[in-house]
Amino acid sequence: MLNFELMWESVPDLLGGLAVTLELTVLSLIFGMVLALPLAALRTARSPILWMPAYGYITFFRGTPLLVQIFLIYYGTGQFEWIRTTPLWPILREAYWCAILAFSLNTAAYTAEILRGAIQAVPRGEIEAGLALGMSRWHVFRLISLPRAFRLALPAYGNEIILVIKSSSLASTITLLDITGVARTLVAHTYAPYEVFLVAGALYLVVVLAATRLLAILERWLRIDTVATPTPKDLAQPSAG
Amino acid sequence: MTLLVSAISLVFGTLVGFLGAGAKLSRRRAARVVADVYTTVIRGIPELIIILLLYFGGTVTLTALAGHYVEVNGFGAGVFALSVVFGAYATEIFRGAVLAIPRGQGEAARALGMKRGAVFWTILLPQLWRFALPGIGNLWLVLLKDSALISVVGLEELLRKTAITAGATRQPFTFYFAAAMIYLLFTVVSSTVLHWAERRAARGLQSA
Repeated sequence: MLNFELMWESVPDLLGGLAVTLELTVLSLIFGMVLALPLAALRTARSPILWMPAYGYITFFRGTPLLVQIFLIYYGTGQFEWIRTTPLWPILREAYWCAILAFSLNTAAYTAEILRGAIQAVPRGEIEAGLALGMSRWHVFRLISLPRAFRLALPAYGNEIILVIKSSSLASTITLLDITGVARTLVAHTYAPYEVFLVAGALYLVVVLAATRLLAILERWLRIDTVATPTPKDLAQPSAG
Repeated sequence: MTLLVSAISLVFGTLVGFLGAGAKLSRRRAARVVADVYTTVIRGIPELIIILLLYFGGTVTLTALAGHYVEVNGFGAGVFALSVVFGAYATEIFRGAVLAIPRGQGEAARALGMKRGAVFWTILLPQLWRFALPGIGNLWLVLLKDSALISVVGLEELLRKTAITAGATRQPFTFYFAAAMIYLLFTVVSSTVLHWAERRAARGLQSA
């Protein structure tokens, strides 16, 4: 039934696509996080002039399909003459940067909400305790709120990382040769959709499962509430995990 | 078309989710393993790959079966793909919802002499909705947005029509932005309705 030889032969090409997929994912996550931090801060601000624009941004990017956002940036920006004359044009002309821009703007909206939820979930008592000990507000934020929020946000942010890995496949719709893009080209040549798409799917599955595993390890490593006081025996031999 | 595809996928996906949750909670090992593989694989693969696989793969299979070239209808492939994806996530939500209902309630009903079917319909199901609604609501929003992916295999839903118009009028920004606004309208209306439904499902409970 399945042509295993063809499946095997498609692996090197798809691995080339894997590099692009990982690149898109990592860059988008970094830019997305950089954008999400101020966005979450604005979103939690008391003044409507500050939180309303952040709220609008988050609603727009979470309420519309990512594919529409990609097309809007890739095809849409070409409509305006004046954009073509700005120094941004060399970036907006490239499918690669358009995809990264769309993914970053999109994940920033989701990440900002995750951060907001985490910051608000930090128990008030811990903040009050810090203030009572005479720490400044900035110290409380940096030493209590932020590390606590980071741990609280990690499970949700882990899900977001998985979603970004998977949605990076949409880059193939604007000609990029990520795993999906390579797979579609191979299918067009060989007309063997099962073989190629199954291998491509398996590749994504491996990446996603590996990411899940790493996140689980990170989560366990960051847990503090279950860490017992070390006994002399623990100190004598390094514990596993 | 977008709404039609999403609504049909919601119905089938919910059914699949129920079956999946049943399998995961089943006493039979084989059923649990099958359901585990299903949710792990589907949730670990991009929706776009699943749509492409079912569309192009379906065409190859049907052509081989019929002996001449048959193209799978984009609508069928799209609904099938979206239902399969929705079902995988819904399985986890229903499983969680069943587990959230205290075991004692079912046992108490059984002890009072109620039949298994009656326990399911009158005790489990009404409460299941309350626990599952927030999760299923989120999935519905994801589904609405994922339906845009079917435009890739040529089904003339909202985004595909937009792309055609944008190309013809040479005003891509105007039309893609209009499409974005229509999707936004769908999602905002949906979340308002869901919020109301969640409150209704939780009536009688102390609100936070």
